Amino acid sequence: MGILEVKNVNKNFGGLKALSEVNLSVKENSVHAIIGPNGAGKSTLLNCLIGKLIPDTGSVMFDGQSVLGRKPHEINQMGISRVFQTPEIFGDLTVFENVMIPIFAKRDGSFRMHAFESVAHERDIVEEAEAVLADVNMLEKRDLHAASLSRGDKRRLEMAMCLSQKPKLLLLDEPTAGMARADTNNTIDLLNQIKAKRDITMCIIEHDMHVVFSLADRITVLAQGTPLVEDTPDKIKGHPKVQEAYLGEAA
Amino acid sequence: MLGLNTKDTWLLVIVALMTLFAPFLLNPFPANSSLAQFNAGYPDLMQRFVIFGIFAIGFNILFGLTGYLSFGHAAFLGVGSYAAVWMFKLLGYNVVPAIILSVIVGAVFALLIGFISLRRSGIYFSILTLAFAQMSFALAYSVLTPITNGETGLQVYTSDPQYFQRSGAPDIPHFFGLEMRATETLRMGGWSFDINAGYYLCAAVLLVAFYMAIRLFRSPFGMMLRAVKSNQQRLNYTGLNARPYTLAAFVISGMYAGLAGGLMASMDPLAGAERMQWTASGEVVLMTILGGAGTLIGPVLGAGFIKYFENIFSKINDGVLHGWFGFLPDGIENVLVTVVHPFVGKGWHLTLGLLFMLVVIFLPGGLVEGGQRIGKYVFRRRGRKAGGAEAEAARKQPAE
Repeated sequence: MGILEVKNVNKNFGGLKALSEVNLSVKENSVHAIIGPNGAGKSTLLNCLIGKLIPDTGSVMFDGQSVLGRKPHEINQMGISRVFQTPEIFGDLTVFENVMIPIFAKRDGSFRMHAFESVAHERDIVEEAEAVLADVNMLEKRDLHAASLSRGDKRRLEMAMCLSQKPKLLLLDEPTAGMARADTNNTIDLLNQIKAKRDITMCIIEHDMHVVFSLADRITVLAQGTPLVEDTPDKIKGHPKVQEAYLGEAA
Repeated sequence: MLGLNTKDTWLLVIVALMTLFAPFLLNPFPANSSLAQFNAGYPDLMQRFVIFGIFAIGFNILFGLTGYLSFGHAAFLGVGSYAAVWMFKLLGYNVVPAIILSVIVGAVFALLIGFISLRRSGIYFSILTLAFAQMSFALAYSVLTPITNGETGLQVYTSDPQYFQRSGAPDIPHFFGLEMRATETLRMGGWSFDINAGYYLCAAVLLVAFYMAIRLFRSPFGMMLRAVKSNQQRLNYTGLNARPYTLAAFVISGMYAGLAGGLMASMDPLAGAERMQWTASGEVVLMTILGGAGTLIGPVLGAGFIKYFENIFSKINDGVLHGWFGFLPDGIENVLVTVVHPFVGKGWHLTLGLLFMLVVIFLPGGLVEGGQRIGKYVFRRRGRKAGGAEAEAARKQPAE
């Protein structure tokens, strides 16, 4: 039984079958990648996992509870944090505030009217945020505006924000899309460090095979809305069906 | 002090001193001098400075922090005024119950309007709030005449019950016997200063309101509101629900507006529908942006600035202009008066509009940004001089 269980999910857009009979099981403390060529249904699947889309049929269970029909903040409170394709951070706030907000959200829930306390007096949260920033080597940038960071630092900050919540599942949506090779390698290193340092469950949606093979424990290959195979990276590499899906029939 | 850091404590102290000494600071010219018309230290105007300051502080909590631009905040000011006058009519002329009820009524109205308007953001939110405010105005003006007394405006009549009005108590708004209108005029040489009870009550309320705003700005709640403005998508995926945060901010700013309305009625026990009109809503937007949206002191400065213009600049008529330019030859005098005429007197809106444009274009952070730039410039120059002196000292040292 995995922490995330997708069962018989179907999603149609008009006449287009975006997902048909998708089954997926993400095991705890593993890195599970979902790959596939353009139009395979990766984004649709992700949107079903985070409550943005509701499948026509099928179920998505996280930690024993259904995520269907829940709002993004409720799904986060269940223990799923999400990293976006382009880093989504609070650009007008300082790096330190960016990290404090998710810690507050984790401690206080989706809303709390703490309008008369001072942020500076929340010792626990300040200390925790300092530890999180130290973890990603960004402590010296704590007072900078997040919008002024380089793209790599923004990605690092977003990752730190997600990790500060100690999520049960970290969802990554094409974390290296549009990146130069060097940046891609940095991101892979960062993710590998995170994986090595703590027990974490990650689910990566990715187009780039290179990223996936250097990170994942298990890989699901999606093509035309259906999972073709699910296996370890080594087995996937040589699998004829995968080559077919990526390179066409001739290969 | 009071749970504030050093910088904020200083800000509060400065504002406290300024409000305390406002009757003196605003009357810098002797009463009989030709510049006396620039004195703003008379009770009516000082009360307005402070009341609109409170209104703008509240508006800034919504607009400055969350970025939701409400075009209907005058509605809360209006209902606050009506609530206060009703308290005078029913209970008696003590201002305390009137002010308390005006805050409560402001909150209830804001909850209602905010709950519906906050389903949309951006321009749609602004239009919804504007629509609500105009509806309130229209209702107050005609349909709800039994409650609002229509175009005449709500006022206290001798036939009103005033159940708790004691026989000896003043027949105008008072604070436990202290009449709001009570004014002590101090004369020092050519100068005269008005010490007014109503003004000091408003000033005390302003200080409390300002202190609460500082606490809110520095609180986790305030940080979340800024996060709403910065990136709502990230906020949602961080596990926070933006809706209750924005609604709470809306209600708090509605309470500030209701408070301002209640104080307005306490200074002059009248409430008219025109207080809810969209021009009044627009005015508080101007005040906040002119002073500096999202800053603590900005809205207060903006409110003072606009009210000063409205009351002082508008009094400069052709007669005054001829007086100023009288020393020039007739031809030039007439030309100058003709050129300046559209910008003063009834044309003060034109000057204000131009200034507003200049501020928005060159100082997007408002008057506060202007102040900071000047401060930085002065500081840098002084810093350079000090640096030079230190460098000289350093050069001398090895020789010794």
